[in-house]
Order: sequence, then structure tokens, then C-alpha cells
Amino acid sequence: MNEISPSPIEQPSQTVRPHFWRILAWVGLFALLVVVAMVLLRKQQGPVAVGQKPPTFILTTFDGQQIGPDEMSGKVVLVNFWASWCKPCEQEAADLESAWRHYQPRGDVLFLGIAWTDTESASLAYIKKFGITYPNGPDLGTTISQAYRTTGVPETYVIDKNGNLASLKLSPYSSLAEIQAAIDPLLGP
Amino acid sequence: MMMIKRSWFAILLTLLFGLLVVSVVSAQQPTPSDDQVNAIAKQLYCPVCENIPLDVCPTTACAQWRELIRQKLADGWSEQQIKDYFVQQYGARVLGTPPAKGINWLVYLVPPIAILAGIYVLYRAFRSWKQPAKQMDIPSSTSGPSAGQEAAQDEYIKRMEDEVRKN
Repeated sequence: MNEISPSPIEQPSQTVRPHFWRILAWVGLFALLVVVAMVLLRKQQGPVAVGQKPPTFILTTFDGQQIGPDEMSGKVVLVNFWASWCKPCEQEAADLESAWRHYQPRGDVLFLGIAWTDTESASLAYIKKFGITYPNGPDLGTTISQAYRTTGVPETYVIDKNGNLASLKLSPYSSLAEIQAAIDPLLGP
Repeated sequence: MMMIKRSWFAILLTLLFGLLVVSVVSAQQPTPSDDQVNAIAKQLYCPVCENIPLDVCPTTACAQWRELIRQKLADGWSEQQIKDYFVQQYGARVLGTPPAKGINWLVYLVPPIAILAGIYVLYRAFRSWKQPAKQMDIPSSTSGPSAGQEAAQDEYIKRMEDEVRKN
């Protein structure tokens, strides 16, 4: 008569508790898998595609000038990622500078050089060596290259006057004519 | 009197000049050794060559970074100041140990949680293996089969032997 039997009130809590932890564990595992999948998808996305609006950024140049969306709007913008230690970058450096000198008087073309994972002294020596006069600055925190999902250097993105990506080059330009072929169709008559 | 004044002036001038030389020398640090540079470099990774610590990375980019560390050390910067500078210039991914903020928390939270969950699963598994063994032990150690059960088993064995003999 004195047998201890589980009370009817206690029974449900004993069965509910393992379920709660089990559901929590599955939800946690699922959330972790979603995060991992998102990171993997982002890594496999590749660079910004032609026709898309590329990410906006503000570049602080080596001489302290700030160039952002306001300075870029309504212009054809050539964004070139480079590094002083990058030998292929040297192949196109002179042609890029020649192209800049060709387009600069028009006023509707902007060239931007972004030094990727470079030291400031080496970048400045490179700029001096090739006589580069268009705005150049470091990719502070590698935020711009991460936004563009670059895969290395040199990489060049040409943005049209509407702010859409018109072309991209994942290797060095081989000639001045090739640069002009990327820019000329985007300019008005 | 004039001679004494001149000699005092000369001594004062020499002392001032000596003080100047000492202060210039003390402001300059001796050139940091490779070991000092590598002690910091091994905690950093350059994005160009992922998964290779900066102290052993053979690329030109990493050589430039090591030189930058040497230069900063020579300027009297501390290890933390240098690491902060690299994070500011190249992002938090240059650090071997990611800072515990944002999504990086997963790196610190998931492994201990996974280990604890694994221990719990093992504990549950061991318990479930032990319980059936106990249940099997209980009848044999306490009362054993009843007389009725033994009789039924004897009857069954007898029938089996009869069947075998017939064949």
C-alpha cells in the first residue's frame, strides 16, 4: 500500500525535457550547417558578374584624398587591383597610365588603383617607378577586394556611367588598345 | 678669471653635447633579429598564401610584411601594436587566432559544445548497454527458473529428441 508511484503531474515533465534538448540540438546543428553553407556559397560565388551593380566603396588614396560614390557617379570608372610584388601587374602598369592620360582630359572617365595586401612604402615605390598619376590607395582591411570577391591581382573592373559592371579582366591587359576597347564603347559620342 | 670661465663653458658644452648623443642613441632600437620578427610573424597569415604562417611563407609579399614587422620593432612598437596595425591594414583574417566577435564566436563555442554533446551521447550509450545486461543477470542470480518453466523446457527437449530419432 505504501508503494511510491510517479505522480501524474510529474510524468509529462520527464518526457518533455529530453524532447526539448533533442529539438534544441537539432536546431543548433541545422543553424550551424546553414552558416557553413552560406560561407561556402559566398566563397564559390566568384567575382562580381558583368551587368550587376558592383559594391560601392570609399577609397582613401595615399595622399589622403577620399574618392567615393559621389566622385564616381555618371563616369566610366576603371578599378584596378594591383600589388607591388605582383609581376603580371607590372606588365599592364605603363598601358594603364597611358590610357589614363588619354582619357583624363574628357572628365567622364575615372581610373582608380587599389593596392591589395601591399606595404605602403613598396606601393609608393611602385607608383613612382611606373610614373602612375591616377588616384591610388591601399585596400584598408581588404574590405574593397572582399566586397568585389577578387581572386588575386591584377584584376580590373570597368563600370559604365549607370554604375553597372561593363567588363572585368582577371589578368593583365596586354596593350593600350585592349584597355581602350573596354572603355570606348561606354563613352558617349 | 677669464680662463676659469672659459673652461667651465667648455665642460658645460661637452656635457650638453654628450647628453645629446646619448639621447639620440637611446631613441634608436638595435636592429631586431629574425627570431624577434618571426615570433610575431608566426602569429600572422597573409591573404596571398592562405594557411601558411608569415614566418615560413616564401613569397615576396610575405617577405615585405616581415620587413615591415622588423621596421616597426625597430621603431619601438610593441607586439600588440604591430598586430593591431596589420589588422587595420589587411583585416582580421591575417590573425592566426580570430578575435572573439561576430561570427568568429562559432570557432570558440562549437568545439566545446560538440565535445560536451559527444560525452553526453557516450554516457547515454554506455548506460543503455549496461541496463540489458543487468536485466539478464537478475533472474539467474535471484530466483532462477521456476519448476513449471523447467518442466515445460524438459518437455520441449524431449519432443525435439523424438523428432530427431524419427528422422
